[in-house]
Amino acid sequence: MSNISEFTLCKIVSGIKKKDFTSEEVTESFIKNSKKSKKLNVYITNCFDEAISSAKKFDKRGDFKGLLSGVPIAVKDLFCTKNVKTTAGSKILHNFIPTYESTVTNNLWSHGAFLLGKLNCDEFAMGSSNETSFFGNVINPYGEKLVPGGSSGGSASALAADLTPATIGTDTGGSIRQPASFTGTVGLKPTYGRCSRWGIVAFASSLDQAGPMTKNVQDCALLLEAISGYDPKDSTSIDTKVENYSSQLTEKVKGLKIGIPKEYRVDNMPNEIDNLWRKGIDYLKDAGAIIKNISLPHTMYALATYYIVAPAEASSNLARYDGVKYGHRAKGNNLTEMYENTRSEGFGDEVKRRILIGTYVLSSGYYDAYYLKAQKVRQLIKSDFNKAFNDVDAILTPSTPTSAFKIGDKKDDPISMYLNDIFTVPANLSGLPAISVPAGYDKNNLPLGLQLIGKAFDEQTILNLSLAIEKRANFKKNFKAWWS
Amino acid sequence: MSKKKFDYFINGEKGRWEVIIGLEVHAQILSKSKLFSSSSTKFGAEPNTQVSLVDSAFPGMLPVINQFCVEQSIKTGLGLKAKINLNSVFDRKNYFYADLPQGYQISQYKNPIIGEGEVTLDMPYGTKKIGIERLHLEQDAGKSIHDMDLNNSYVDLNRSGVALMEIVSKPDLRSPEEVNVYIKKLRSIMRYLGTCDGNMQEGSLRADVNVSVRKIGDKKLGTRCEIKNVNSIRFMQMAIEYESKRQVELLESNKKVDQETRLFDTKKNITRSMRSKEDAHDYRYFPDPDLLPLNLEQNLIDKLKKELPELPDQKKERFIKEHNLSGYEANILVSEKEISDYYEEVIKECDKKIATNWITVELFAALNKKNLSISEFSVSAKNLSALIKMITSGKISGKIAKDVFEKMQINDKDPQKIVEKEGLIQQSDPKELEKMILNVLSKNEDKVAQYKSGKEKLFGFFVGQVMKISDGKANPKLVNDILKDKLK
Repeated sequence: MSNISEFTLCKIVSGIKKKDFTSEEVTESFIKNSKKSKKLNVYITNCFDEAISSAKKFDKRGDFKGLLSGVPIAVKDLFCTKNVKTTAGSKILHNFIPTYESTVTNNLWSHGAFLLGKLNCDEFAMGSSNETSFFGNVINPYGEKLVPGGSSGGSASALAADLTPATIGTDTGGSIRQPASFTGTVGLKPTYGRCSRWGIVAFASSLDQAGPMTKNVQDCALLLEAISGYDPKDSTSIDTKVENYSSQLTEKVKGLKIGIPKEYRVDNMPNEIDNLWRKGIDYLKDAGAIIKNISLPHTMYALATYYIVAPAEASSNLARYDGVKYGHRAKGNNLTEMYENTRSEGFGDEVKRRILIGTYVLSSGYYDAYYLKAQKVRQLIKSDFNKAFNDVDAILTPSTPTSAFKIGDKKDDPISMYLNDIFTVPANLSGLPAISVPAGYDKNNLPLGLQLIGKAFDEQTILNLSLAIEKRANFKKNFKAWWS
Repeated sequence: MSKKKFDYFINGEKGRWEVIIGLEVHAQILSKSKLFSSSSTKFGAEPNTQVSLVDSAFPGMLPVINQFCVEQSIKTGLGLKAKINLNSVFDRKNYFYADLPQGYQISQYKNPIIGEGEVTLDMPYGTKKIGIERLHLEQDAGKSIHDMDLNNSYVDLNRSGVALMEIVSKPDLRSPEEVNVYIKKLRSIMRYLGTCDGNMQEGSLRADVNVSVRKIGDKKLGTRCEIKNVNSIRFMQMAIEYESKRQVELLESNKKVDQETRLFDTKKNITRSMRSKEDAHDYRYFPDPDLLPLNLEQNLIDKLKKELPELPDQKKERFIKEHNLSGYEANILVSEKEISDYYEEVIKECDKKIATNWITVELFAALNKKNLSISEFSVSAKNLSALIKMITSGKISGKIAKDVFEKMQINDKDPQKIVEKEGLIQQSDPKELEKMILNVLSKNEDKVAQYKSGKEKLFGFFVGQVMKISDGKANPKLVNDILKDKLK
């Protein structure tokens, strides 16, 4: 059974149920791979021993009520996990062990899954390359020198490299979809409010959403179903019915209207991205969907808006890391000095940059010109989508403007790094669900993804369309485990 | 009685100055749990025993609004005859301090839950309306303790996240006495409503005091100073007195008042500069993205309005009408809900006029003497009522009643029993009284002669003598009647 780790999540779930293999065998196979994956640097904390004992317990008990019965799952280290170190990729939380479990991970465990480990990510989820983590770069399995994307880079690499059958990440500006695109995996950012934010280390509260990252669309539907749901502990969570995404999943998309927004055809976009987009259009046409050209006129302001709103919220959300209550504390002769030393030592450059930007845009005298203006533009961006969705059922765009780039390439050029989020941030600003599905390769044999943006709480439609693309693109991963 | 004129001014060397005061009162909402968490709010618990993960701002924790606290603030708004805003927004007020775990306080900045209202004060110079600018909801911070250790500060987060109402007045107050009456009235309204216990010793009510001065006749407001976090009415009054004089002295020596935040030093009874306007914090307020805007249903407000208890102003009107009280009497009887309840309990079965007198004079004196509140007072309304009935029925004299009242305070004994046990029943038997009177007259024949020759003042002397030999038990009215008859 050496190839269990290559199976999809659904195949593993049904295999355990049918007793083709045991939970322990499944767990062993991922641990075996994981132990050989040091070069990829995906794990911050592993829970291999605990996972084996959970698997053994499961095999004895054999309770198949949950959607994920007997499945080991590694998650992004932004989810607080009870009694398991949770760092958010930061030195300031390098020693933090929560006494509580995030709602989303708790939902996984209620569905019969158990924790395999905590995966590397950009510090406080701020980054598009996983280079800002205090725990070092994550390597993309597609190449020793390539970034996996970010911020859920550890999750994406672990998934692509068969170190976990599926994973969950968080997406504030593209942090699930961009790394999914860079690693040839499926990643979905649900509608804002679909999944609880309770127990997830906050980056930008009005944008953060947890979501599934999986090997295919069917898995994505299943995992989304498992983690979704209203949570009274999160005031922004929305009490609306969770669909049976996986059983309702269908590639029958005939007659659905797909919008192609002209504003996403950006300057200097590589031809191969444009070609991929055209291929996507063809796939959906082939599946019977109707293609419509649409306009989302305020798209060009989305990135600027995002890089005001997100840092503003972050500057306030990260104020709690002050050395007083938990996490890293530096010495100081008085309170202010202790704060200064703790935060200087505890935060990395990118986090500091965003705290500074956020503090600046909220400062008196600048608030109106930046934060308030950005909120107004955000409304315009939302209303662009609202108007568009009067005519179409979903919107198709590329996921990213490029394929995975080299480590260090953009590290000292934040603007060029931020540009990577250009196609993904509008869905966060407008709270809409969006998915990245692998659809092809570029000239360097690096994976490229297509993005589908759906109506609020209509994850089912974008999942169905993704399935139609997946069937036609016939994307297959093209690397061997060179790292082991 | 002619009304007194308002006369609080600062007499400077170059003229008279008017003092302009506005208050920001922080009132702790009476609620079992905190504004955004379910931790207990009980006062006096061991440090850090009433702290949830939300109150201590652990990663990933989110606030959830406590509906009860929202209703408490709406009730208070209704009690202040204020506009209830159907839409309000929670903002973050960002600043770093060790007892502020989130690094921001959740408050309401641009869109408070309660808008403009008013409070009516009864002053010796007439009623005065004080405008309320707004009332907003916010969380309290924890407590820093700096004097436990030379090198470290300690933090107690029990108070962190407790719900406060900040009630901002318009700059309508003009004297320390008005501030006194305003705070007491505000407290009285909230206690009637059950929305704040108003306990200043426990910090349930504190205020920031804004003070400025202007020459009499000037229309423009002067530059104000804000005196932070004053926790007793007396300190507020002392701070105002000091601060207004300080400002007048500055202005009269052609200096200017700097807009700044000041502290009241309770040891030296002076205000001291804490930080200037230039050093003022930039709190970087912005809407809290963890909380949705607070949208209220008109139905809820209507429901709370219906359930509103009778408030001091209404009760005062009713007391004047129903119980025939003077404005003064009604005012002091309604100032505390417990007193008004006590009063209404007492008068159920006895004479209102005498009861009013007894409560406003004897009972208040007893409370003052022992520094007790009515709820701590040992004499029950029922027993006080019984005592008054004994006076009106002639069973005991008013004088004896006062002694009995003293004795009742020891353990709320039935006055009937005290009177019986100690033989204090009034002597109303005319024959017995006549005997005593004749006795007195025969012993004082010289005085009787003087009386008869016109020295009528001596009548009191004879009464006194009768009372003396009866141990004060003689029925004074009967003594009068019989004595008059005998002296004819």
